[in-house]
Amino acid sequence: MTAAAPAPKTNMGQPVPRYDAAAKVTGKATYASDMPLDNPAHAFLVTSAIAKGRIDRFELDDAKRVRGVIDIVTHENAPKLKESKLFSNGGYAGTTIQPLKSAEITHDGQIIAVVLAESYEAAREAANRVKVSYTAAAPSATFDSPGTTAAAAKGQNSQFKEDPKVGDFAKAFDAAEVKLSVSYETPTQHHNPMELFTTSCAWMGDNLVIYEGSQYVYGLKNGVAEQLGIDADKVRVVNPYVGGGFGSRGSMTPRTAIIAAIARRLNRPIKLVPTRDQGFTIATYRAETRHEIRLGASRDGKLVALRHEGAEVSSRPDAYCVGGTKTTTRLYACPNVDSLVSIVRADRNTPGFMRSPPEVPYLFALESALDELAVKLNMDPVELRRINDATRDPIDGKPYTSRSLMACFDEAAKAFGWSQRSPQPKSMSDGDWLIGYGCAATCYPTQMAPSAARVRLQRDGRTRVEIAGHEIGTGAYTVIAQTAAERLGVSLEKVAVFMGDSDLPPAPVAGGSNSTASTCSAVMMVCDQIRHRLFKALMPSDSLADKAKETVGISPAPSTQAAKGDRRLDIEKAFDALGVGVVEEYGEWKPEGAPLDSFRAMHNGQVRLVGGHQMKDQIAYAFGAEFVEIRVNRFTHEIRCPRLVGAFAAGRIMNPRTARSQLMGGLIWGMSSALLEATEIDERNARYVNDNLADYLVPVNADVPGVEVIMLSEQDDHINPVGAKGLGELANVGTNAAICNAIHHATGQRIRKLPVRLENIEL
Amino acid sequence: MRPFSYQRATDPGMAVQALGGAAAANEPLTKAAAQPLAGGTTLIDLMKLDVMRPTAIVDIGPLAHAWSAIAPGGDGLRLGALAKMSDVAAHAEIQRSYPVIADSLKLAASAQLRNMATLGGNVMQRTRCNYFRDVSYENCNKRNPGSGCAAMDGVNRMHAVLGTSDQCIATYPGDFAQALIALDAMVEITGKAGTRSMPFAQLHKAPGSTPDIETVLQPGELISAFSIQGRWPRSVYLKARDRQSYEFALSSAAIALDVQDGTIRDARVALGGVATVPWRAREAEALLKGQKFDDGLAQRVADAAFAEAKGRRHNSFKIALGKRVVARALQQAVTMEI
Ligand SMILES: Cc1cc2nc3c(=O)[nH]c(=O)nc-3n(C[C@H](O)[C@H](O)[C@H](O)COP(=O)(O)OP(=O)(O)OC[C@H]3O[C@@H](n4cnc5c(N)ncnc54)[C@H](O)[C@@H]3O)c2cc1C
Ligand code: SF4
Repeated sequence: MTAAAPAPKTNMGQPVPRYDAAAKVTGKATYASDMPLDNPAHAFLVTSAIAKGRIDRFELDDAKRVRGVIDIVTHENAPKLKESKLFSNGGYAGTTIQPLKSAEITHDGQIIAVVLAESYEAAREAANRVKVSYTAAAPSATFDSPGTTAAAAKGQNSQFKEDPKVGDFAKAFDAAEVKLSVSYETPTQHHNPMELFTTSCAWMGDNLVIYEGSQYVYGLKNGVAEQLGIDADKVRVVNPYVGGGFGSRGSMTPRTAIIAAIARRLNRPIKLVPTRDQGFTIATYRAETRHEIRLGASRDGKLVALRHEGAEVSSRPDAYCVGGTKTTTRLYACPNVDSLVSIVRADRNTPGFMRSPPEVPYLFALESALDELAVKLNMDPVELRRINDATRDPIDGKPYTSRSLMACFDEAAKAFGWSQRSPQPKSMSDGDWLIGYGCAATCYPTQMAPSAARVRLQRDGRTRVEIAGHEIGTGAYTVIAQTAAERLGVSLEKVAVFMGDSDLPPAPVAGGSNSTASTCSAVMMVCDQIRHRLFKALMPSDSLADKAKETVGISPAPSTQAAKGDRRLDIEKAFDALGVGVVEEYGEWKPEGAPLDSFRAMHNGQVRLVGGHQMKDQIAYAFGAEFVEIRVNRFTHEIRCPRLVGAFAAGRIMNPRTARSQLMGGLIWGMSSALLEATEIDERNARYVNDNLADYLVPVNADVPGVEVIMLSEQDDHINPVGAKGLGELANVGTNAAICNAIHHATGQRIRKLPVRLENIEL
Repeated sequence: MRPFSYQRATDPGMAVQALGGAAAANEPLTKAAAQPLAGGTTLIDLMKLDVMRPTAIVDIGPLAHAWSAIAPGGDGLRLGALAKMSDVAAHAEIQRSYPVIADSLKLAASAQLRNMATLGGNVMQRTRCNYFRDVSYENCNKRNPGSGCAAMDGVNRMHAVLGTSDQCIATYPGDFAQALIALDAMVEITGKAGTRSMPFAQLHKAPGSTPDIETVLQPGELISAFSIQGRWPRSVYLKARDRQSYEFALSSAAIALDVQDGTIRDARVALGGVATVPWRAREAEALLKGQKFDDGLAQRVADAAFAEAKGRRHNSFKIALGKRVVARALQQAVTMEI
């Protein structure tokens, strides 16, 4: 075992290497824009240089003279598309702002023309030569900009149903012995996955194939079909590998349907490769947020009152919001809780999911405030969390299915050396550097969604698993292959997994960290169907076979609900008894509590996530604790983060290698979010300014010399058949607060606005 | 990118001819139809962004056999314009005798870029001002003379506080040039009439009312070498930046001292990340000469270096930061072991 492949503890799978490792490091993994097309036209986008107003005129002559230009499509001659509703309103779209629909401009970088040419270079050159005259209006950029409107989220966003509250906050806060009232802010951020927002598509008669990096091939297939007004079964979306998503590819972006419609009219395949800066405006982003937190506590640290008010920016037409109060009001035991989320509308593109959408901004606020409270109480911040640790959700009174928050704190504290910390701010240093230690809790709801799968087993043990899941870099191929191998008792090398194709059985969106739990539960169930058939062939009666299924495993099955016995089934004998060469099963799995329309919705590309606080009698979250060391240079005020230590518990760890990689990436992302990442907005014109990877900073290796991931053993039999909690979005939640808390410890300065930069430090 | 012709220059005369031949009279170099290509790490970027639109590229790479010397000698140092940043940074004698040069290169860009990029291209790199690099903004005096300056009241955290004008506040982004200007380097220029040398300090031009004119070079002129008199073992390059590597300076200082028996005989102070051109703080240097070093002196020197600085909405912090960087770099230079 190595650092990258930690030895499995109880209730962990084997750290087998990635299924797709060799393909990826040898460049054989094919991403959407690698897919060969037959004589494609190349598309290049022209995007608006204003955020609000109208297009008066295009001057296209100069562009059309570029050799190789085929056509330039604008709102004046674009194919008409049908509307698609926002995903949260029962549609598929991440924004209802449609490109090339009219002369109206509603956000910076809106798609206003598509240039088609024989080569990428010609298309790009011609796009550079398109001249646009606008009548610009003064846009509202963000919070505090004139012209924005604000209103409560409840009532305008159909997925934000309730502002959680319990008890009497006002009274309890008034009477509290210790009070804290503080505000926090988080910036606009962009996902910037390495794979650009490309789309390739080809029509074969009435059938359309789309190659596009997507976190939801069924959603995209149905959404594009809806916009084109064709039968969804005529559309196929293919992407065996996705070059990072982080939420940006979860819902349909406006580019896909229009490119498909143009390809149909052109009667030729199209390949679109937008640029990095266009990616900032043609897909979604994490909107900026503001928070007001009020905490009341007794002198011995018990929370008696908690109020969290959040405000988020969205676009004019769409009421997107993340509403993280659903988590922050339930994390700690507190009898009097109040909350409110509101949405501020500005002249911006519609924001969308970005890795741990609700938890990142909202826990930054809460976990910073708790640290401030600990300072006020003169108490160790870990102890403050221990005092307020909850076994039940304080809002609805439901028990947590499992909760290892304090165990994580204790393990991480030990590994980090928290006991070496002298509590006084500004009391630790090393040469030019002030040193600060900080910590914070992290958590993420455990979610599942209906999923189908098809599994085929051959007499020689070769197995084929088909499921329209998504390999967004997380290790999905690997854990699905492991699940099938374990369940069927075949060796891992014999399992082939096919994903990223909407012609395969439907799987949910690769979002909300539900993929492993959902797809592996479905695969496990279908493998059990195969086992059942095999047993039945060897058993005299049905009821005996049912009994055998419960008591006899094909091999010692390791997972929680696995069969208990260890008698091996002879596959070859069973096949001979059945008299077949192949056994194939298809099945549809849904989590407990999934709504009645779940399977229909699943085929229609609509997700029915269950879990988190929305389970019937319980509440399910994964937890962790994060500790960081921060160094602040006395002279330059540069802020560096030499050490990040996180301990996490997330039910069954399917593969410690891929899980560690997710958690490590999360910690690094969290550090990046706290210290580097922010999309700068020019408030005069509501435009993004640093829309490239040289100016939108993400960490380089030298910024993260020490990252340690600890996975705790945890067993949870209440969540799903595989017993796994999603962990892809777990680790980047607590880091923002942990870093600001450490900066406070290093400098005595409390910074409540992200990202923290050297100019924010005053020594 | 727009179509261009590509030509490899196999000798300097050919390069000069290819570059100068096409030039219109009084055309600023940055707008010249023919542009030299060295490592390409600035030029190709700007062409892709449609900021630079040359119709002819003259690849001067083949001149490397003549123009890539790294030659420290008894009385000084000669560096060819086509020497790679990485080779110069890794050269043992440069590290020993000119640490400010080695460090300014080592702390710049990334390993991959340093392997491609040349010294000549490095000093000629253009500003990273986002409004300059994004042609969808009309108003940029550097790109479109007379159109205004979007950065002046826009997002200007990275912009300059020294050497600015009411036309342009774009930062000169490079690191190496600070080392050159501090060490009184000479730059050798090869043109139609052969080669000439001039102080490197005269190469770049402050924006004034013509921010599109960045250097005194004319179309058809190339930098062929840099030279420096003497050795400068007591020299440092201190760079403050948002991340630990691969990032431009928010503020940097190139310091070179000659200290004998505790007295500063000669002192050089140059500033990066804060000025529109490679910046020499001569008033600050004057305070050091003949003095014994202490922290109070460092503070006065730092104050003098930024006496004329003017901040805008997001970049005022660079004044206080720059002073602390200068003071700290001076301390480091004084105490370093040589
Ligand atoms: C992401 C990124 C980060 C960077 N970070 C830093 C940093 O931290 N510090 C830093 O200093 N630099 C940094 N750079 C800039 C980099 O150092 C320069 O791009 C590089 O040094 C340019 O050298 P080149 O040989 O590639 O020049 P080219 O791109 O070939 O040329 C640059 C310009 O100079 C002209 N030119 C080239 N050679 C000559 C010559 N001999 N005579 C006259 N004109 C010539 C070209 O026509 C062109 O206009 C960064 C660049 C990038 C892309
Ligand atoms: S600072 Fe200079 S380069 Fe930047 S927008 Fe203004 S004029 Fe252009």
